[in-house]
Amino acid sequence: MPQIRLEGLVKRYGAVQVLHDIDLEMADNEFTVLVGPSGCGKSTTLRMIAGLEDVSDGEIYVDDVPVSHLEPKDRDLAMVFQDYALYPHMDVAQNISFALRLAKRPKTEIDKKVREVAEMVGLTDFLGRKPGALSGGQRQRVAMARALAKDSGIFLFDEPLSNLDAKLRGQMRAELAMMSQRVEKNMIYVTHDQIEAMTLADRIVVMHGGYIQQQGAPEDLFKRPANKFVAGFLGMPPMNFLNCEIEARGSDTFVIGDGFALRLQGEIAKKAAGHTNKDLSLGVRPSDLLFAESAKPEDSLTLDVKVSEYIGAQSVLLCACGSASVTVEVNSETPMALGETLVFEVNPARVHLFDRTSEIAL
Amino acid sequence: MSDMTVAKGMNQRRPAKRKAVSLANRLSPYAFVGPAIIVLFIALIIPLGYMIYGSMLDWTASQSIEEADFIGLKNYTDLWNDPRFMKSVSVTLRFAFIVVVVELIVGVGLALLLDRDIKGMTFLRTMFILPMMIAPVVVGLMWRFMYHPSDGTFNRFLEKIGLPSVDWLGEHALMSVIIADIWQWTPFIFILALAALQSLPRSTLEAARIDGASPWQQIIYIKLPLMMPVLIVTALLRLIDAFKVLEVILVLTDGGPGQETQILSHRINETMTEVRHLGEAAAMANYLLILLMALTLGMLGFNRWQENRTARIRAAAEEDV
Repeated sequence: MPQIRLEGLVKRYGAVQVLHDIDLEMADNEFTVLVGPSGCGKSTTLRMIAGLEDVSDGEIYVDDVPVSHLEPKDRDLAMVFQDYALYPHMDVAQNISFALRLAKRPKTEIDKKVREVAEMVGLTDFLGRKPGALSGGQRQRVAMARALAKDSGIFLFDEPLSNLDAKLRGQMRAELAMMSQRVEKNMIYVTHDQIEAMTLADRIVVMHGGYIQQQGAPEDLFKRPANKFVAGFLGMPPMNFLNCEIEARGSDTFVIGDGFALRLQGEIAKKAAGHTNKDLSLGVRPSDLLFAESAKPEDSLTLDVKVSEYIGAQSVLLCACGSASVTVEVNSETPMALGETLVFEVNPARVHLFDRTSEIAL
Repeated sequence: MSDMTVAKGMNQRRPAKRKAVSLANRLSPYAFVGPAIIVLFIALIIPLGYMIYGSMLDWTASQSIEEADFIGLKNYTDLWNDPRFMKSVSVTLRFAFIVVVVELIVGVGLALLLDRDIKGMTFLRTMFILPMMIAPVVVGLMWRFMYHPSDGTFNRFLEKIGLPSVDWLGEHALMSVIIADIWQWTPFIFILALAALQSLPRSTLEAARIDGASPWQQIIYIKLPLMMPVLIVTALLRLIDAFKVLEVILVLTDGGPGQETQILSHRINETMTEVRHLGEAAAMANYLLILLMALTLGMLGFNRWQENRTARIRAAAEEDV
């Protein structure tokens, strides 16, 4: 499959620079997800790869050949749009076969291909219908089938699921994951939904403010976020951040803040040791706080429970720790009442520390 | 349910008053549209009835309407055998057909060409629609000066570059009239076509680019088919207008030379003011009215068909979500 490489990619709109030096290399057969809040430059990056947006600076290489001056049709790619972008005056079969008909492929080949991809996405019974007579989920499938029929090596997705309702989105996400295992293509997928990113990606590229914040396997990014933004963006409910400082007490390293004094253990203790007298942020995920009444004070946070959000098997507690607020994810069966002060043990291997000014992880 | 019982109770207590109130309520809309209906009746229905009645009379301008003899449909059948009437029908059809076709091609072409973001486009667009804003009589006068055989802009230009002058309003009168109309009304189609183009879904065109459509293929396979509903309505509107055109021709050629540019409305005017045969003029006007009604109904029918189709498709889509 064709290899995509971005080198120092820059996008400016007049004097405003929206993308800064994007360097990215995609491995063969990889499902890459660009994820970030709106306005982070992920869609612009994708549209530049597609050729729908001019490149202000830098270069896009496909198999080491610069392509940024080429028309979209000369880049060997297929794309699925957020609003599906179907041709409303053509029926499903014509929509799927449009690219093949433009390429003047023989009719028998086109018919065969249309049947094949229609079956793949479950549209066989709808080939004669116009897009206006299809439901949202079906339209989404037509968009997918149209891209699949093109037989190109690069597959681009621009927030393809965000126009669907929650239930359908989950279902389509699962189908997409299955499809991506079946077809051999380099896929680039843009989304603002971190769950889509985590579930689909071989490699996640987190973007923010026109910069790549971090890239890597979903698990890597979740466990070892490079900075505060990535830490806070991935994971639901988001990570808690508490202002803190490092203090050496005897042979132990402590992290001290408003309402807590936590003893660091293992690797993070070694890393933190050299950072005394610095403004830091302590990052702990809501799922890494364990309700444990008998935990030692130096291994735990003591929290006042303010609000409990029941979401089924789990409940999310909004608590106060000194003047800061902390969310905790607990089993809904945990006996507790609002207004109570409870002790939560901190998983020592899952503690993160960030420099408060640069926001970079220690 | 409780509301209904309350209403019933009130009804039983004061049936007479309640009835009066509800009657007034039901009548009030009619009271509001009443004035409009009266105006419509005086200004449209009566003259129309008058015209239909008049068209069945052997009626000249020197007679009052009571003195004229009733001759039934004779005026209508006579017209079929009147070569001068048939000639003006043929001029009207040729004129209308040619101007609408050329205006569509030029207007849509311009819209396709100017549907992009380049500097000064707003100014250019305003310039393009200027002709439409000029009063038809002024347009006629303007073109008459430009077409003038010896002093007109065109012939002086031709002379300057060493070409023979053209007998614009003589030998080529119909063509000249058509050119003036195209100049004035192409902007109308341009504006509507541009609006239709700019409301096309952007991502659909981007998808076509990725699917490998060249700019021409985008126009033929995507843009034109999606603009078609707007273009059909626009063409019908222009056709209706072209059948009624009078002022420009009146000023430019006064129907001449001979009958070369005598469109139907000009013929009607002439029959009334010069031939002074009011009955026949009324019959001609009714023929034109029937033609325009057919076109208008066709347009409304097309609109309704389209709306129904959209509604049906939407209903079908919602059924099998």
